[in-house]
Amino acid sequence: MSRQRSNYENTLWRKFERWVNGEDNSSMEASEKHEEKIQRISKEQQQDVVDFEATAEDVNELISKEKKRKIEALYRKYENWPQTKGIKIFTGLYRAMAVILCACIIALLLITVSYLPEFGNANNPANNEVPERYIENGIEETGAVNFVAGMILDYRAFDTLGESHVLFIAACCVLILLRADKKKEDKKKEQKKNITCVVADGNDRIYEPKNDKILQKIAFILVPPIIIYGIYVVLNGHLSPGGGFSGGAIIGAGLILYTNAFGFKKTSEFFTYKTFSTVTVCSLLFYAGAKSYSFYTGANHLESHIPKGIPGNILSSGLILPLNIAVGLIVACTMYGFYSLFRKGGM
Amino acid sequence: MLKMLFNNYYETVAVILFGIGFTTLLLHRNMIKKILGLNIMDTAVYLFLAAKGYIYGGVAPILVEGSKEVTYVNPIPSGLVLTGIVVSVSSSALMLALTIRLYKRYHTLDIDQMSMLAKKEEM
Amino acid sequence: MGFFEFVLLTFLVVCALAASFSKNLLTSIVIFMSYSVIMSIIWIILESPDLAITEAAVGAGVTSVLFFITLKKIHAMKGEKEDEQTKK
Repeated sequence: MSRQRSNYENTLWRKFERWVNGEDNSSMEASEKHEEKIQRISKEQQQDVVDFEATAEDVNELISKEKKRKIEALYRKYENWPQTKGIKIFTGLYRAMAVILCACIIALLLITVSYLPEFGNANNPANNEVPERYIENGIEETGAVNFVAGMILDYRAFDTLGESHVLFIAACCVLILLRADKKKEDKKKEQKKNITCVVADGNDRIYEPKNDKILQKIAFILVPPIIIYGIYVVLNGHLSPGGGFSGGAIIGAGLILYTNAFGFKKTSEFFTYKTFSTVTVCSLLFYAGAKSYSFYTGANHLESHIPKGIPGNILSSGLILPLNIAVGLIVACTMYGFYSLFRKGGM
Repeated sequence: MLKMLFNNYYETVAVILFGIGFTTLLLHRNMIKKILGLNIMDTAVYLFLAAKGYIYGGVAPILVEGSKEVTYVNPIPSGLVLTGIVVSVSSSALMLALTIRLYKRYHTLDIDQMSMLAKKEEM
Repeated sequence: MGFFEFVLLTFLVVCALAASFSKNLLTSIVIFMSYSVIMSIIWIILESPDLAITEAAVGAGVTSVLFFITLKKIHAMKGEKEDEQTKK
């Protein structure tokens, strides 16, 4: 019976069956992409070996010991195969395939680039009637000297509203992901009292107050100019390059430097969850309300009550200045919020 | 073809950068390297867009007073890219937050080990 | 193509390659930071100063700071390990 079985093990059909069941050793190379699967299989094979030994001991004499040893050696070889060579071959193959794929993509894109219209030509299809209209009628229609600001916050204001929402939603997601649980923190603190050398994990406030004199002096000198420059960039968004996004990012960077030098205790005096939520939500609501008003008047051919002013003055270009301020507040709050959430899991 | 590639050198460099970023994304198992690759791809796309809007001898799209015969650079790519930069920051912040959470759970950055540990947990 | 542009674009490609292939995560992030700064100079050459300001503030500033904090959180910085050892 066992001889039959040993023959049966070597037949093509049995091999095929084992291959279908995912137990085959000989076609290991074919399935080298599934490392986990192979490891599971090798475990199963180990069990198989045990079973096989048990049955062999039951029947005992009919299987010669050489054969058994051979099979065991084979099994051991294939057991170790994924650990020793499989991963190496797999990673090598994967890397080669990745590089080849990327080279193909680069080649294809380069061929496409060679058929593109010439760089810097004024007659390119990209420079059609749309930017012409923005440039020619932009100042009369929006009142902004900076065409980009006029385009972003007047012609395409809806786009910018969506973008501010993207920022807000990203901040909310980071808040959900990284918020430190207070109960867990207390437990950790209790543990820290007992065990002295525990790595500070969720919360960086343990290292405070900071006493880095050089950093504090430099921050003392640098932070006010940075924040004032940010405010200048936000307020001059319709006159000079800049605007809500860049100015808000500069203000956020200044706040980050301040926090880094003086610790979270000082910033938590003026920046908490409450300020974050009120400032961002109020700015978003103001943005949406102001733009709805201008959409309503524009769609119904009503006269807008917002004065355009003289182009070039600070108080000009209608809604663009307040919208810039709103966007700047959102961006500054979000940037600082990201930082403090990453640092300590709270605001 | 080579001549055209040399003429469109900004686009060429943008495409090469895109390829490098994509390779980084595929080649490395480390999550942070993957995010870096995605950021490089982002900037490559922005470079391509901004290069499409450039005109030789053009001035930045801010009104130059006095002379009327001034060609301005196309302002549309600038606006689009401005939107894109800020969105890319928020998306990369989200990815980094996810990375921190994964590290806290599995204590590794390798994406393969992570998936293996996740499968073990399921079993 | 002017000489300055050529240097900048070459530096861009070299920076991207180095950020991809460097072994240390901190090194690759610092290289990415310099990549962003070069990018903001290229925006000025392409006559879009709005983008230059935004890229310098956002790409080189906030993004790299977020990366650094992430590295600190996952204990991948080299100096930190030594600190822990000395504390122990």
